[in-house]
Amino acid sequence: MSHWIMAPLLLPLLAGMVNLLLVRHGPGPQRLVSLLTTAALLPVAILLLLRADSGEIVLYQLGNWPAPFGISLVLDRLSAMLLVLTALLALPALVAATAGDDRRGENFHVLFPLQLFGINGAFLTGDLFNLFVFFEVMLIASYGLALHGGGRDRVRAGLHYVVLNLIGSSLFLVAIGTLYGIAGTLNMADLAIYTTTAAVEQTPLLRAAALLLLTVFALKAAVLPLHLWLPALYSAGIAPVAALFAIMTKVGVYAILRTFTLILPVTGPGADVAAVLPAVALLTIALGALGALGAHRLTVLIAYLVVVSVGTLLAGISLFTVPGLTAALFYLPHTTLITAGLFLLAALIAGRRGAVGDQLQAVAVNPGNLLGGLFFLAAIAVAGMPPLGGFLGKLLLLQAVPPPQAPWLWTVVLVGGLAAIVALSRAGSSLFWRTEGEGVAGTGLPLPLLTSTVLLLALTVALTVWAAPLTRYAEATATQLLRPQETVEAVLGREAGR
Amino acid sequence: MNLLFIVLLPFAGALLPPLAGRLGREAAAWTAAIVPVLALLLALEPLLAAFAGAPMTVGRAWLPQAGVDLILRMDGLAGLFILLILGIGLLIILYANYYLAEDDSPGRFFALLLLFMGAMVGIVLSDHLLQLLVFWELTSLSSFLLIGFRHRSVEARQGAKMALAVTGAGGLALLAGFLLLGRITGSYQISTILGMGDIIRAHPLYVPTLLLILLGAFTKSAQFPFHFWLPQAMAAPTPVSAYLHSATMVKAGVFLLARLFPALSGTDPWFFLVGGTGLLTLVYGAYSALFKHDLKGLLAYSTISHLGLIVLLFGIDTPLAAVAAVFHIINHATFKASLFMAAGIIDHETGTRDMRRINGLWKYMPISGTLAMVAAAAMAGVPLLNGFMSKEMFFAETFHLAVLGSFSWFLPVAATGAGILAVAYSARFIHDVFFNGEPVNLPKYPPHEAPRYMILPVAVLVGQCLIVGVFPTLTVAPFLALASAAVLNGPLPAYNLAVWHGFNAPFIMSLVAMFGGILLYSRRHALFALHDRLFWGIEAHLLYRRVVHRLIDGARMATEAIDNGSLQRSVALLLLAAGLAVLLPLASGDSALAGDLPISAVDPVTLLGALLMMAAALATVFFHRQRLIALIVLSVVGLLAVLTFVRFSAPDLALTQLAVEVVTIMLLLLALYFLPQQDRPESPGWRRGRDLLLALAVGGGCGLVTWAILTRPATTIADYYLANSLPGGGGANVVNVILVDFRGFDTLGEITVLAIAAIAIYALLDRLCLAPGTLYGVRPRWAFERHSLVLAQITRFLLPLALMVAIYFFLRGHNAPGGGFIAGLITAIALILQYMASGITWTQMQWHQHFHKVIAWGVLLAAATGLGSWLFDRPFLTSAFGHYDLPLIGEIELATAMLFDLGVYLTVVGVVMLILATLALLSRRCVETGRCN
Repeated sequence: MSHWIMAPLLLPLLAGMVNLLLVRHGPGPQRLVSLLTTAALLPVAILLLLRADSGEIVLYQLGNWPAPFGISLVLDRLSAMLLVLTALLALPALVAATAGDDRRGENFHVLFPLQLFGINGAFLTGDLFNLFVFFEVMLIASYGLALHGGGRDRVRAGLHYVVLNLIGSSLFLVAIGTLYGIAGTLNMADLAIYTTTAAVEQTPLLRAAALLLLTVFALKAAVLPLHLWLPALYSAGIAPVAALFAIMTKVGVYAILRTFTLILPVTGPGADVAAVLPAVALLTIALGALGALGAHRLTVLIAYLVVVSVGTLLAGISLFTVPGLTAALFYLPHTTLITAGLFLLAALIAGRRGAVGDQLQAVAVNPGNLLGGLFFLAAIAVAGMPPLGGFLGKLLLLQAVPPPQAPWLWTVVLVGGLAAIVALSRAGSSLFWRTEGEGVAGTGLPLPLLTSTVLLLALTVALTVWAAPLTRYAEATATQLLRPQETVEAVLGREAGR
Repeated sequence: MNLLFIVLLPFAGALLPPLAGRLGREAAAWTAAIVPVLALLLALEPLLAAFAGAPMTVGRAWLPQAGVDLILRMDGLAGLFILLILGIGLLIILYANYYLAEDDSPGRFFALLLLFMGAMVGIVLSDHLLQLLVFWELTSLSSFLLIGFRHRSVEARQGAKMALAVTGAGGLALLAGFLLLGRITGSYQISTILGMGDIIRAHPLYVPTLLLILLGAFTKSAQFPFHFWLPQAMAAPTPVSAYLHSATMVKAGVFLLARLFPALSGTDPWFFLVGGTGLLTLVYGAYSALFKHDLKGLLAYSTISHLGLIVLLFGIDTPLAAVAAVFHIINHATFKASLFMAAGIIDHETGTRDMRRINGLWKYMPISGTLAMVAAAAMAGVPLLNGFMSKEMFFAETFHLAVLGSFSWFLPVAATGAGILAVAYSARFIHDVFFNGEPVNLPKYPPHEAPRYMILPVAVLVGQCLIVGVFPTLTVAPFLALASAAVLNGPLPAYNLAVWHGFNAPFIMSLVAMFGGILLYSRRHALFALHDRLFWGIEAHLLYRRVVHRLIDGARMATEAIDNGSLQRSVALLLLAAGLAVLLPLASGDSALAGDLPISAVDPVTLLGALLMMAAALATVFFHRQRLIALIVLSVVGLLAVLTFVRFSAPDLALTQLAVEVVTIMLLLLALYFLPQQDRPESPGWRRGRDLLLALAVGGGCGLVTWAILTRPATTIADYYLANSLPGGGGANVVNVILVDFRGFDTLGEITVLAIAAIAIYALLDRLCLAPGTLYGVRPRWAFERHSLVLAQITRFLLPLALMVAIYFFLRGHNAPGGGFIAGLITAIALILQYMASGITWTQMQWHQHFHKVIAWGVLLAAATGLGSWLFDRPFLTSAFGHYDLPLIGEIELATAMLFDLGVYLTVVGVVMLILATLALLSRRCVETGRCN
């Protein structure tokens, strides 16, 4: 029996706990453990991706109890892709942290792997309550990471984040309780059977649960108007943490995708979600773009671009068609990696500018041509300008929109892109061109941070070059998602699927 | 294959100048110059193929799913543009070699220039709409860097940003237009689309498509009212202006009109939109040019005007007008590039571009002066120069407009008017600069003739103006025919490229323009005064900047208004969303709220408990400003929850809840030490009203949902657990078996959560230094030594007893109420008691254990138990159990689940103790070090 599916969970869990044992041994051994395990996640995830790409949906029953009684881990194309993305993101983020940020507080190397444990678990679990558990792991670990380095801003932003998310967790529990109360099961596939065959009198409860779950996941994904925690948290955190958090909003997006294709499909009790989501997505893009235009700091600007990217993803997802999901799934890795890269780049730039940091105001220090070139490249990528992948993602999205919705969505996505161009060109001009006034040059370029930044940018370029295979995979994933009966059959057997 | 290399060469070549730049400016320039030379050589074969009527095509798939492929095709139009882009590009590079200043980095300059060249080559060679768009946006991006090249100047930065924003916006509109065109035709391949003009024009989406595409073309080609970026882009180094605004950047827009002419033209919207915009731009640009005192400003507006002319020609929408447009594209590129270069020479040699200061230069620089004058004459449309011929064709075409009906006189008159203005500003360029007395207060005096190799590129272009003007059929005719045929995508109209057409209407218009222009120029001083009085301070680019600043300020205000950093607001929004999510479906009336199940009878004790719980909850809210009281009342709610569990026969839950309640209340009490004991009311009344409504909505919603659930029949898988707990899990206590076996993975996750929480609290508080709460001047004391000898003695005896109880609960957990979680909490409570009774110092001395390690070993033990099942080829966390007969003790059941439970136990103990110790140490550190006092 193959246990590889457990590796993305056990590796970081064990690494975190081993690092907890090593707390008093200085950062050296801890770094080694984190680096080794994080690096090991990548080949493991790729292995799983290759397996999932055969179209097989892999089922792993924990405790050897049959589904739906035991907890199921389910690996399909979507979860495999996100595992690879997490691994691709985690390694540069961790390497960047070894530039010294990991020593700015206790237990960075405990929290970092545990954060990965939570993220990977959320992607792999096939059980709604277990998803809740992993959301908790993620939440608490991210809270610890967000506070890493200390200081008033971090504590404040972290407090807001944790309070909001604890309320979110309670609401998640209410939603799960509602579903369990009527369906009597927690397994996602089993719930899917129930919700598609439920009696009419259960409909209001199912609809309430669907909307409540959407609320909870929208909070995670930072969708309007539940996005207010994000800019403060991301801009206050240390750069490697902000970079890692680029995947956190995507967990919310993932949960929306999973829930409303499988558990509460939009063709059934999730219909309200399909009605609400497009408007919410567009408003998210619009307000995110406004935030980016008005930002005083580079990291705040990037944080709002994360909000924009979430809106763009949901705009694609809200179509719930193969082309729409394909566009979103193509865009997802690109936007995750590039925003992460930008957060690291912002740290490099801020380091060069001394006391002014990432404030968008002129100082006498030019951060240098290398950083300027990297910023230009990253700005093109994140604004969705050709020729980088962001452009292709937007192109797929615009093409996916059916004619009735096209005027709205096209306008918002394109104008949002223009706002990003304007905001980034202003920021770039302030940071790299307007060298005047007083200022003392900051530190040099820490090699781990620089390497990680370049690596993340190179990855987005690679995604552009290999756009065709990625799109093929995204399309296959979208098709698989819109055929939930395949998952039901894989988890509960052929009989249940019918 | 050649085509691919032509496109790739400039991009690859862009890597070389920065390297060569280290050897000096010459090296950078020559390496850069190699690129257009090589590309021109490569272009020979496709060009011959285009002449032979068989355009070369090369295709590569990139992203077929999005219809994005790399398809290059060189027909006549593309060939003509390739010659212009590469040829003029080569001259610009040679010129820039002498132009660049000492502190301009030559490597960067030439690299950017080559990037831009590559993007332009890509545009004209594209046979695919989306690919064209990619290169289109690349020109916007690379021109941004070129315009902002001298980025220490504020004009350069602003000009660059403005150009990027305007052309970038146009690019996005163009993208939408192309996508619509793709939807209409089902293809993105241009050569396919060109043949589908009838389908496109008949389609309901034709007008939006046309509007969007024109938006792209007009922003790029600086048509009114998007023209304002172009004069601002003059902040670029002059070679860049000469390149961007003669043959390339701005010509991309008219190129697009030419490219899509067969597909989009031939309708009223086309005529009015394209023709109208062109005419407006033509006149406006010519008028504005006359009033610019800056040499490059004059040329910039004249460029706008000439672009308007070309656009107008396409708008006139006759085959002959299209031929004239192509002809004028060629002519304008040659004379305008040479004029910009001449302006650069003058700037270079005199140090200024202000025409009020640079006068009488002819005697200082006769060669440059002569060349500039010939080029300016071509711009004015003087006979025997190339500008004259295309202008004559333009004048002739203004008469063929039946569409305008009785207003058909309007266009020739407007064209003549623009012609007069063009002559006037050209005359100004010639007379002000080279004659008109002596120079005034030049920064560099006396001016010299420019270096020979700086003049050479100008001479080459001016030579072309002359040769084309005198021998059109021998020189330009075949290229014009080839390109025009490609534009029309059909047979060429009959036209005659003779220098002398006879004494006809166009010639009269030319004469009127010539004399009218000179007359106008001679009256310029009165005119300038009038202009200043009428249009003082009206500048489109200033308006644009004001709009952008308003927009940014507005965005900032809107963002700050929404995201004001208030946690209350975020929470309110979340609760509002949750309340709506629950209440709206319930209120939608799909079916009745209550189900069919009867409600069981309410006994008085339960009722009393429920009422008490509600009262306690309300009391918590009531006392929430007095934290200690609120906490105590809150614990009442918790205890009643325990009793509720007992009432409904859930002893495990009751035990757990009880222990959790005790531990959390104790930890909260410790934390309260650092908070003010009381809290002032901070929210205004309306907000408290809002909060009340939200609370009612969410609480009521939860209540209603619960009501709805409990009154409905439910399916459940719980029976499976009851049936399989003992035979499959080896335990009679189903709750415990669920926790450690059926859903043991959840428990593993949850103890990890606990562990992380403890670590996070530790990380947060470890280096923190907090002053104890002192809001109303009352500072509570923290006891480090034991209070009561009796309590201390008793608790010390109690400890082993409590531990025995914990072990007991742990061991029986699998079969009776208890388990690792409860046992862990009991142990923790016993240890907390030691702290409370004997003080921190004493307890810390007794307890040397490092709690981090306890937590880590706990989780590791649980995980290792799960891993053990791999040895037996079972999934993670598969349990095993067996009954064994031990001497003395008798039969005993050993289950792997107990090992797992031991892990839970250790984690819980470690977590509670770590939090406690952290809080304790925090207070000791704060008080002892005295830093916070």
